[in-house]
Amino acid sequence: MLRVESVVKSFGGFKAVDGVNLHVGAGEIVAVIGPNGAGKTTLFHLLTGHLSPDSGRILFKGKEIGGLSPHVICRRGITRSFQVVNIFPRLSVFENVQIAVLSRERKTFRIFSPVKGMAEEEVHRILRSVALFDQRDVESDLLSHGDKKVLEIAVALSGNPELLILDEPTAGMAPEETERCIRLIRKLSEESGLTILFCEHDIALVFEIANRIMVMVRGATVVQGSGEEVRRNSEVQSAYLGESGEC
Amino acid sequence: MRRSAGLLLLLLPLAALVALPHVLPRFHTYVAAIVLLTALLATSLNLAIGYTGLYQFGHAVFYGVGAYGTALMLTRSGMPAPVAFLVGPLAAAALSLVMGLICIRLSKLYFGMLQISLGSLVWAVVYRWYSFTGGDDGIHGIPLPDAIASPKGSYYFTLAVTALCVFAMHRIVRSPFGKVIQGIRDNPVRAAAIGVDVRLHQLASLVIAGFFGGVAGSLFVVVENSVFPDMMFWTFSLEVLIMCLLGGMYTYFGPLVGASLIVLLRVFASVHTQYWGLILGTILTLVIIFLPDGVLGLFARRSLTKEDRGA
Ligand SMILES: Nc1ncnc2c1ncn2[C@@H]1O[C@H](COP(=O)(O)OP(=O)(O)OP(=O)(O)O)[C@@H](O)[C@H]1O
Ligand SMILES: [Mg+2]
Repeated sequence: MLRVESVVKSFGGFKAVDGVNLHVGAGEIVAVIGPNGAGKTTLFHLLTGHLSPDSGRILFKGKEIGGLSPHVICRRGITRSFQVVNIFPRLSVFENVQIAVLSRERKTFRIFSPVKGMAEEEVHRILRSVALFDQRDVESDLLSHGDKKVLEIAVALSGNPELLILDEPTAGMAPEETERCIRLIRKLSEESGLTILFCEHDIALVFEIANRIMVMVRGATVVQGSGEEVRRNSEVQSAYLGESGEC
Repeated sequence: MRRSAGLLLLLLPLAALVALPHVLPRFHTYVAAIVLLTALLATSLNLAIGYTGLYQFGHAVFYGVGAYGTALMLTRSGMPAPVAFLVGPLAAAALSLVMGLICIRLSKLYFGMLQISLGSLVWAVVYRWYSFTGGDDGIHGIPLPDAIASPKGSYYFTLAVTALCVFAMHRIVRSPFGKVIQGIRDNPVRAAAIGVDVRLHQLASLVIAGFFGGVAGSLFVVVENSVFPDMMFWTFSLEVLIMCLLGGMYTYFGPLVGASLIVLLRVFASVHTQYWGLILGTILTLVIIFLPDGVLGLFARRSLTKEDRGA
């Protein structure tokens, strides 16, 4: 579904992403791991159009998407969450999801029909599925950190993506929030067959839920394979796992 | 309960405004008409600046172009008056589109500065082109249809059009489009990530704001019977901006309140002093220090989101 071939992105002279290869098949959960500053976030920005690659190819469903605008890539079927919570802080939980649903339905240029109550059923269904229904009228800025992260996933889901990209979905979460988030990711994958690409520092969690893992160090792909293959890879052990354990 | 209270809050002033020409002398009726169309102007600016988060620093240009468009049609073309009243706002909307296309790729302050520059260009053309626009003399004695030529007629026309436009913009703010531009204002990156074409929506918002600004300009022709280049000078843009700040940018009716206060104050001040600029500067300073949310914002902190949720 997604194929990344020797993609490079540099800032000034510094190559933040320097030859990444990645393959994500339909229905898979793929994790990207790597130490701080390895270029994971930069890679995700390249995939969703927030940055354009200097060279290399990014193919989604067989078509080149490198360099397209974020909103175009979203419409092609990729939505995402960000490492730092990224929602509409002044809008309610309900409205955050509603605006995403309306965007997907291309209704954002309706200027005279009242927005109130539009797409209500679907928004409620989405909020129930992520257990935020009871807080639907809360101004989203007032949510707990964990709930904000989950809301952002809900917003991303509202676009009915084929590929969901999550940049450190559990970062900063309390243990029980992390647990809930993992269950959510599993459920999405199992129930709707959603393809998920995520990165995460919690190695145990990664090995627990990912079908395949790609290891990135200093901007480059070291290896991509099953958990077992990655564990056996000596380069990974020396460059990453062995040296710093869970970083 | 809350709804009926709100309705009352809306109907009472409206009733007072309808009765006004029958109780107050002619000069006050004229001032009230100026208040109304300026309130419309400030509300239209707030669509761009308060709701979309664009630094619309040259809004008076659209007001001026609306006014000149209508004035020129009325004086120089044989077209019926309704056409003239449509051409003004449409010209303002078209200019808004063109200027928007040029400015929109710039961020924040640069957007505002470029808009002022382009606006000054338009002003300079109007100011210099004697044979067509009357230059710095402006155009006077503009012929109006009988129904709206009398002081009462022009007042009621202004009241009706302003009420209609303020209502229309209120609908827009509460539409999916209105919700999306507020989302763009708060977080353009997130908006793009849910598939919203940010620039296109910003552009649409600018065109709508320009259009309603142009309507206010057309009304000026009706009330004042004349137009002059200073109404599109950048200092007046700043004045309208201060109206929004004073009333509260994050409330729908704030700019309307701010406009009323400033216009009334200006009329009052002009009787006693020539230093209007000084007074305006003082107001701006005081607002920034003591009323960062504006007069209405003080009462309804964050009312944009609360109201919109219909709590
Ligand atoms: N816009 C930018 N301009 C310059 N350098 C950047 C920019 N964005 C990222 N970098 C640099 O690129 C490198 C990779 O950053 P990136 O955020 O992609 O890493 P990461 O793997 O997501 O790290 P973390 O685990 O800390 O989130 C870092 O050294 C960072 O400082
Ligand atoms: Mg990162």
